[in-house]
Amino acid sequence: MSTTITIKNLTKRFGDVVAVNNVSLTIEAGTFLTLLGPSGCGKTTLLRCIAGLEDPNEGEIYIGDKLVYSSIKGISLQPGARDLGLVFQNYALWPHMTVYKNITFALEMQKLTKAQMDERVHEALKEVQMDGYENRYPREMSGGQQQRIALARMLAYRPKVFLMDEPLSNLDARLRMDMRTELKRLHHISGATTIYVTHDQVEALTMSTNIAVMKLGVVQQLDTPDRVYHFPANLFVADFIGNPKVNLLDGTVSGQNQVKVGDFALDVETFNARGKMVVAVRPEDIAVLTEPELNAVEFTAYSVLPAGADSTIVAQRGDVEVTVKVMGISKIKMDQKIWLKFDPTSLNLYDKESGNLVTG
Amino acid sequence: MAKQAGEEQGLFERAEAWLRRFWRWVTTPQVILSLIMLFVMFYMVIIPLYRMLMTTFTFSESDVRYAPGAVPGDFTLFHWIRMLSSKVSTIMTFEPLLHSLTVSLGATFFAFVIGGALAWMVVRTDMPGRHTINVLATVPYIMPSWTIAMAWKVLFNNGTTGGMPGFLMYLTGTPPPDWISYGPVPIIVSSALHYYTFFFLFVSAALMSIDSSLEEAGELAGASRWRILRKITFPLVIPALLSGFIMTFSKTMGTFGGPNILGVPVRYYTMSTMLRSNTQVGAFGDGFVLAIVLILFSMTTIFLNQKIVGTRKSYETIGGRGFMAQKTKLRNWRMPLTSLVIIFQVIVAVLPLLLLILSTLMARSGDYSISNLTLAHWIGQSNEKINNGEPGVLLNPAIYRGAWNSIKLALYTAFFTALLGVILGYAIVKGRGTRLAKFVEQLAFIPYVIPGIAFGAVYISMFTKPVGPIPPLYGTFALLVVVSVAKHIPYSSRSGVSAMLQVGRELEEAAALAGANAWQRFARIIFPLTSTGFVSGFLLTFITTMRELSLIILLVTPTTAVLASMTMRYIENGNEQQANAVIIILIVLVLIGNFIISRFRGGSLKKGLGM
Ligand SMILES: Nc1ncnc2c1ncn2[C@@H]1O[C@H](COP(=O)(O)OP(=O)(O)OP(=O)(O)O)[C@@H](O)[C@H]1O
Ligand SMILES: [Mg+2]
Repeated sequence: MSTTITIKNLTKRFGDVVAVNNVSLTIEAGTFLTLLGPSGCGKTTLLRCIAGLEDPNEGEIYIGDKLVYSSIKGISLQPGARDLGLVFQNYALWPHMTVYKNITFALEMQKLTKAQMDERVHEALKEVQMDGYENRYPREMSGGQQQRIALARMLAYRPKVFLMDEPLSNLDARLRMDMRTELKRLHHISGATTIYVTHDQVEALTMSTNIAVMKLGVVQQLDTPDRVYHFPANLFVADFIGNPKVNLLDGTVSGQNQVKVGDFALDVETFNARGKMVVAVRPEDIAVLTEPELNAVEFTAYSVLPAGADSTIVAQRGDVEVTVKVMGISKIKMDQKIWLKFDPTSLNLYDKESGNLVTG
Repeated sequence: MAKQAGEEQGLFERAEAWLRRFWRWVTTPQVILSLIMLFVMFYMVIIPLYRMLMTTFTFSESDVRYAPGAVPGDFTLFHWIRMLSSKVSTIMTFEPLLHSLTVSLGATFFAFVIGGALAWMVVRTDMPGRHTINVLATVPYIMPSWTIAMAWKVLFNNGTTGGMPGFLMYLTGTPPPDWISYGPVPIIVSSALHYYTFFFLFVSAALMSIDSSLEEAGELAGASRWRILRKITFPLVIPALLSGFIMTFSKTMGTFGGPNILGVPVRYYTMSTMLRSNTQVGAFGDGFVLAIVLILFSMTTIFLNQKIVGTRKSYETIGGRGFMAQKTKLRNWRMPLTSLVIIFQVIVAVLPLLLLILSTLMARSGDYSISNLTLAHWIGQSNEKINNGEPGVLLNPAIYRGAWNSIKLALYTAFFTALLGVILGYAIVKGRGTRLAKFVEQLAFIPYVIPGIAFGAVYISMFTKPVGPIPPLYGTFALLVVVSVAKHIPYSSRSGVSAMLQVGRELEEAAALAGANAWQRFARIIFPLTSTGFVSGFLLTFITTMRELSLIILLVTPTTAVLASMTMRYIENGNEQQANAVIIILIVLVLIGNFIISRFRGGSLKKGLGM
């Protein structure tokens, strides 16, 4: 029963601000798509355009094969006619209604009978593990519980598409973890096409089938979490995703499959490009050795930051600084000499000028 | 791609798309409501103003007497020349203007001194009994603005212009000098004692919002007390002072009651009383020139205020915690000062009432001996010797009619004001950021800059003739409702907006997504969540309308008279004791209304004033 969403050349301006800039996306049926990006990049605006809460300036939106918005044709369906549900960042539960009333409001609009409504409420509350809370008012519940009710409210009227705008951002870290598990499970069971907005990359990476990374209203990359993480399409995405941050090293092509960084050269996989490059390498893709080895580059441990499960080492060589992540508590001492080994397959090269990924 | 498709579109499709967009736009609830409101305000404010302006440029039937050869209906500068540069312009315009300015500035100054000092003592010192002071400070404002003027007359009348001799004269045997009994001094004092509440509320709110850590920081930096006051405290309080200044000034500029009671008998005319005397003799063109001058003055002040406060407003957001670590210690002054304040407030709040009541219990006016006590003014049968033969107020059908009119007017006004508040609030808040909403908001502000009596004058010219589908309303009760509602538009807009802002837009959006249409969203989500705001707005409008005089004085007729206007008529007919009895009835009604309000929302007058 799930639905494909197609967005064509969508643009939304607020005065001079272009919040959504000529975005085209196809969201396949059953996808869990995350819109990810820094604050103000237009995630919420894009979501609200899809929901019909914001009137775009240009473009087209299809939900299933229903044209819900078209600037050229002058069509814009009411939010209620688009058959989608939205969970708001601040929940937006109606404070003057009980949980039961909050959930049945939409069902009344659908003219369900009392028995059907009871059934739906029961089902939805069970799904979010909140059965028994029918008669509570929103203010009588904790943030996490309100969040669940907001979710139940959406589930109960069975929209074809789920939209969620940072639904977990008001919860504490522990609850957030629990709710991620629940949400992913929910998507797994319902199979509904879901668009999920967040600026938390861990949330995006853990939950999505696809991620659209946005910047200044433009989608930078639309890909699986795996590809977004390992093959960022440009420097912005590479820099945005990953914690600790990816190492971005300025370099110049110095020969066949070789890039010179500072006073040493790195082997890379086959590519054809020349000139100035940026080498991107994830901290966990670098091996740390305490003895010299072939192709390993000598560095000095500038700082060592153990954190239980893993440790971060900041290494220096001349002007080049590299962050490395190793498993467990590192035995390396500060100012100790270390040798870093870079794996050619895990290096990504970016054109310094355009910032785009250079592929072989 | 989208572009190409657009170019391929035929003319017909493009027209159709445009129509669809337009239709979608005009059927958006906030757009419909905005358009309705524009229409309403156009009828209620813009057209009347325009009509009034045109009247000043047109010869009327009655002008033929003064201007030989005048053809009624012709365009003329006659009224403007007559009022602004002729032999009579001094008496007709400039003296009243000077008087109005004197009275307003004087009243504003004293209101500032009293209100500011009280606010400072309550908020920034260790004075005890703050709650009592807070409550007492609002009492004079709750009563009709001319209450103190009437009480003044009971106390200080010296008989120069006839009328009931005052209590003081009875006690001492000597008449007080004229300058105490009549003219600018008593008008200023009685207005200041009524309006000091504004300053008190504004300044105490501002003082409360100053984070004392700012001042402490100043102290730590080694600044002297005076320097701190000048450099830190004043800049933060000045916007509040200016707002208090504007409200008091523009209210007193257009006030009618006090000047009519204490000024007119000695021919000390202000703009408002001169305007009235012009319209009474049918010299509308001349009167309206005065009204326009009054409006221009009021507009200028408010405009200046916005200029100045607008740039200073940023200060207001500083601090804002309301957390006060340090208070000035009054030490030895604590008890004496506190007693003084309370005694002063009790005198202002209670003494006028006692005097008014006393005067209504006297058989022969001016004789305050025990043997002269009577209830005749209240429950006496009709008696030739008393009040031109009218029976005691409690047996007088005219009074009951007036009271009923007052209540009816207040109810209708409160209802329509609340209704407009809902509509304006929704239209403006939902349309935030669009030009249409901004326009509606600005238009709704206009009545605010028009002093009460001038606003009443505006309506004389409007409804003597039919306007569009509306029949001539002059002399009808409906006109009083219309003018009262129109004058309240700025307040209803403001309270409507603040009520709507309480409801996050997501709450309505969630309902829209659930498939609710505009009406369902309003009835099931928005209205339930804003209704308390509107109910308290309703109650507040109810009592302000009950004690409104300046606004309606030019428009009432004997059949539509309300208690407020009846007090004036009785005074003008020389039945002062009857007038005093009527105002007591009015005060009782207002106090009952107020009691209900304070029950309803914990007695915050401040909120209702939109501060
Ligand atoms: N109603 C509005 N009026 C004017 N500008 C707006 C409005 N809503 C959003 N914007 C602007 O559009 C841009 C995108 O805003 P949007 O809320 O979509 O960002 P976001 O990606 O959701 O950010 P965040 O992570 O902070 O929620 C911002 O520059 C914002 O200031
Ligand atoms: Mg957002």
